[in-house]
Amino acid sequence: MSVVTDLHIPDGAIALRPSTDQALNVEHITKRFGGKAKLSLKKAKKPPKVVMAVDDVSFQVRRGEIYGVLGANGSGKSTLIRLLATLLYPDSGNASIFGLDVVDQAADIKRLINRVSVEASLFKKLSAMENLMYAARLYGLDSAPARKDIVRILTGLGIAESRIRQPVEKMSRGMQQKVAIARALLTSPVLLLLDEPTTGLDPRSKKDVEELVLNLRNTHDATILLTSHDMHEADTLCDRLAIVDKGRIVVEGTPQELKDAHRLQHGSRDEPTLEDVFMEVTGRSLEDDEEEDANGESS
Amino acid sequence: MIANPSVWREVKASYALVERNINLSKRYWGWEVAFLVYTCAQALAIIFIAKAVPSVAGVKVDTNRFVTYLAIGALTWSYMASLFMCIAESVQWERWEGTIEYTLMAPITRLTYVLGSCLFAIIYGLARTAVVLVVVILFFHPAANPAGFAPAALIVGVGSVSFVGIGIMAATLPLLFTEKGAQMTYVIEACLLLVSGVYFPVSALPAGLQLFSHVSPATYILTGARAMLLGHITGSALAESLVPLAVIGIVSVPLGVWLFATAEHFAKRTGRLKRAG
Repeated sequence: MSVVTDLHIPDGAIALRPSTDQALNVEHITKRFGGKAKLSLKKAKKPPKVVMAVDDVSFQVRRGEIYGVLGANGSGKSTLIRLLATLLYPDSGNASIFGLDVVDQAADIKRLINRVSVEASLFKKLSAMENLMYAARLYGLDSAPARKDIVRILTGLGIAESRIRQPVEKMSRGMQQKVAIARALLTSPVLLLLDEPTTGLDPRSKKDVEELVLNLRNTHDATILLTSHDMHEADTLCDRLAIVDKGRIVVEGTPQELKDAHRLQHGSRDEPTLEDVFMEVTGRSLEDDEEEDANGESS
Repeated sequence: MIANPSVWREVKASYALVERNINLSKRYWGWEVAFLVYTCAQALAIIFIAKAVPSVAGVKVDTNRFVTYLAIGALTWSYMASLFMCIAESVQWERWEGTIEYTLMAPITRLTYVLGSCLFAIIYGLARTAVVLVVVILFFHPAANPAGFAPAALIVGVGSVSFVGIGIMAATLPLLFTEKGAQMTYVIEACLLLVSGVYFPVSALPAGLQLFSHVSPATYILTGARAMLLGHITGSALAESLVPLAVIGIVSVPLGVWLFATAEHFAKRTGRLKRAG
């Protein structure tokens, strides 16, 4: 049995689980950054740059679904996650999680969601246990059961019990990311926002996390919004996905639907990959985007 | 199990901040010792001025009284600076580690967050000041009135609330300015040090600066503590400190929480929470 399927997630939040079948409803949401002139005695030579991070995005996610948002660096994936995580306010449009508005009912939403980002974001000098107890207390979990759950979740994720009380800074990047995932699982979220959770992980850790995501959906009634720029991962995990480019959704569907549409359009007999679909709808490959980022040409 | 929303839940959540900061202090114990040495050296350097005045200025002074006068200033300032720094650093630390987004995503009120930080800051400030007091007693023999300790402690206790309020206001700086926000809090601290009569009477200041001393809680803490420890303990002297301190505390804490919430709103609108230090 995989270490990941041994995972136990406390289900104390069942009472909070909403009855609606629509987990997420995003309608025409827009977020731009910049645009305000800085204080200066000199007259500005050019107007301040406005970056349209999320541009009129709409989509819905059903309860229990794994929905992928696929895009290159700087395409607006993380901004979208932050908007849903109540960490950013949209400029226009609205989004609701299980019927609750992300701006007006943020306090209620916070009890339903959690997030894992590309950076582990932990107190590096503190141990995994201390980091997770901090989260447990913030979420109002009782101390003794939380400690047991922390050990159970971390060992389920493949972290040896002997490492749980060591400073996080002594752990590998992959292990730190697993601690960050455990922090999210500890609070039993009904909507889990995963923002490139496997970026930078070794193949073994990446596979563990991917198995965990599937296990969460299959056995714990969790809805998952996953952002990634890994086409294979998205193809494997997502029930449906949207490809975003320059803040806009350019295509949406199941991975198979997207590949079938591409095959029909090109009259090809071979099964296309999601990479082929991505190149078709955005007009370039992920490598092109990464090169642009490296040259500082992209936002 | 996640309990229902209640005061108890918020109290438990605020303990998260206390426990986290205790754990961080334990892990950084070497730096804590180094910074304690700095604070002790700073206090001693100031109090030694009292010993040097007769030879430097060529005047006769009551050295013991002057030593006690400066010791009260140094100890009070040590406590207040620790309190202030600890609250502001609480946010800076989260910025540095990149955890601020996770803390602000937690289902707790901002009041819970800031009060948790402040509770630890008070414990931390008292512990550090106790060490500085022991060091000062080892070097000098302050001539304080023992009967004045309890009312002086009351004044410092009530005054702490005001400093918590100002500390919360200062904590908005690292929330908004990732790189230099924490350093900017030192500007506020230095201004309070200047106008509050920490090491000299406020009357020594130019009239314009004396006006600012009226809004600094440190002025009333120091005036009151010195009156209790060096002068005659009277109800009116106690009230002259406690009343303005209570008023400043009642105003500054809600104002600080409101400012913090406003800064958080601004940060969420402009995307400033994203950046780590």
